[in-house]
Amino acid sequence: MAKQAPSNDHQEIVRLVNARKIYQMGTEQVKALAGVNISFKKGSFWAIMGPSGSGKSTMMNILGCLDRLTSGSYYLAGQDVSQLDDDSLSEFRLRYLGFIFQSFNLIPQLTVQRNIELPLYYLGWDAKQSAERAKELAEQVGLGDRLEHRPTELSGGQMQRVAIARALANDPQVIFADEPTGNLDSATGEQILELLIKLNNLGKTIIIVTHEPDIAKRAQSRLHMLDGLIDRIEGNPE
Amino acid sequence: MRQTRIARNIWLGIENLLLHKLRSFLTMLGVVFGVGSVVAMLSVGEGASKEALEQIRRLGSNNIIISSMKSAEEEATSTTHSHMSIYGLTYEDYRRLAQSFKDIQQTAPVKLMRRDSRLGDRVMELRVVGTSPEWFDLVPRQVLAGRVLLKSDQDKQAPVAVLTEFGARKILATESTIGQTIRIGSDQFEVIGIVKSESGQAGSIQIPDQDVDAYVPIEVARRYFGDIFTKRTSSGEEREKIELHQMIIQVDDPKKVEAVAAGVERMLEQYHKKKDYVVSVPLALLKQAEAMKRRFNIVLGSIAGISLLVGGIGIMNIMLASVTERTREIGIRRAIGAKRRQIVFQFLIETVVLSTMGGIIGLGVGALIPFLITYFSGMVTLMTLRGILVPLLISMAIGILFGLYPAVHAAQVDPIVALRHE
Repeated sequence: MAKQAPSNDHQEIVRLVNARKIYQMGTEQVKALAGVNISFKKGSFWAIMGPSGSGKSTMMNILGCLDRLTSGSYYLAGQDVSQLDDDSLSEFRLRYLGFIFQSFNLIPQLTVQRNIELPLYYLGWDAKQSAERAKELAEQVGLGDRLEHRPTELSGGQMQRVAIARALANDPQVIFADEPTGNLDSATGEQILELLIKLNNLGKTIIIVTHEPDIAKRAQSRLHMLDGLIDRIEGNPE
Repeated sequence: MRQTRIARNIWLGIENLLLHKLRSFLTMLGVVFGVGSVVAMLSVGEGASKEALEQIRRLGSNNIIISSMKSAEEEATSTTHSHMSIYGLTYEDYRRLAQSFKDIQQTAPVKLMRRDSRLGDRVMELRVVGTSPEWFDLVPRQVLAGRVLLKSDQDKQAPVAVLTEFGARKILATESTIGQTIRIGSDQFEVIGIVKSESGQAGSIQIPDQDVDAYVPIEVARRYFGDIFTKRTSSGEEREKIELHQMIIQVDDPKKVEAVAAGVERMLEQYHKKKDYVVSVPLALLKQAEAMKRRFNIVLGSIAGISLLVGGIGIMNIMLASVTERTREIGIRRAIGAKRRQIVFQFLIETVVLSTMGGIIGLGVGALIPFLITYFSGMVTLMTLRGILVPLLISMAIGILFGLYPAVHAAQVDPIVALRHE
């Protein structure tokens, strides 16, 4: 199949063209992605769903620039990132992406402020600016008074808010959330979800991976994966 | 900007190490003792060699010392009674030497004997040194009172003596010093001066002066005490005829010292049937001592280096464990956008901070050990700037060397796997 040119549409943030990811498991080849074509619009809110082994995690890793395609192309913010080396992919994650995880993934020995500052540290911000930004973000997620606390002193919901603040620190184009409510009770999960919706309303592209239909329903569009392919798309991709 | 970034990285490293105080401290101990022993060994080595060099320097690096020595054959035959051994340097040697080498600046003849000296009821055995005024140029010591021997004393064959500080104190005690007449052997000498002395051994040669010396004009010594000496031995009495016990030669240029010494040796060989003298060159000893010092330091340094190596391996071990423990943190940092080399740098900085801190503490420990050695054993130890900087740089190098592998190992962590790591 001929390689498609990237869309000139400035409204597009993510585009996969015939994306394949094949793992070698012993003598067997596992097609985690078996030729996926999809494009996400800037400012959209997607939920990626599917049973385990459907390729949704692989999809997330590829979109999040944590892994590379075996073949096919991936355009992120108009740039082909599928051939980039490790350093350049890191640079893309640093400048364009934010991550939220099921298990929060805060660094336990760092304070809330330091955790939020982490992307800014790698962006080379100076200490004073970083501190101001971290404070601002903490206030935005309702944790302005917890800056000096360690993650272990926080509840699950609070930890996830810190993670969201950290994901926002570099003002990313896309925020990836991998089962963001999986470790939270439903009320807290709901708060986190509302926070994500709020961010989406502020113009951030949000991509969440979840197996909970209730959560997925809140997204604008839902992408169902099955056996490494797109099974169906629901909702309003426009 | 770059500097503050490095400072920040170092600070972050310190913070991380402070999270595990005991572990960091124990890890550091290896380097502490490693550096400590390097510092201690170097300072002991430097001290020992400095002491040796100092003593050789006191012999005079432009000097050549020729001493009379009973030849091996003589030694074998001298057991018989009533035998008189005749050996050693002669007045004739002295005259010839002074005349035949143009590079020789000054020569001092030395005649040595031990005699009881007394003033009132105080008695002390002094070493009487019959010599010429040149002695005081060749063995320069501080004059504490009065004056040293002069050419005129020699010409007049005046019975005068210059004492050394220690002997003077014992003999003269509280009496007025200069102008005092003391009895040496059975003759009267006027004390004209007192000089400081330095005694000790430098390599295999005795320093020319001792602290019980009485310097008298050589002519006077010869006239009063003669050339024949009687020694009491286990088998009775032993008589020896020695004209001069030593000659000290000063060469005008240190570069010529060894050539002159060889020439002197050749000349003496012609006139002496037996080898009843020994030529020693402090400069040659100096060079030898310096070479020895280098070897000594290398040996001591390498022994101490082994403990540094052990310290380094300890650090590497702990850092590897720490990398495993912090796999998830590494994954988080990588997901956020940290490049591999930034991870390498982060862990490397921690190791270098750890080993350098160990190095600094080790320096303290290492400085304490020589101090205690000096305090308890009186051995001279010396801390040089090099002895401080080298171990410190080595400890930093250890941090880099042994931190590199764990750090690179950390950077190889796959963020996807690491993020799932529990």
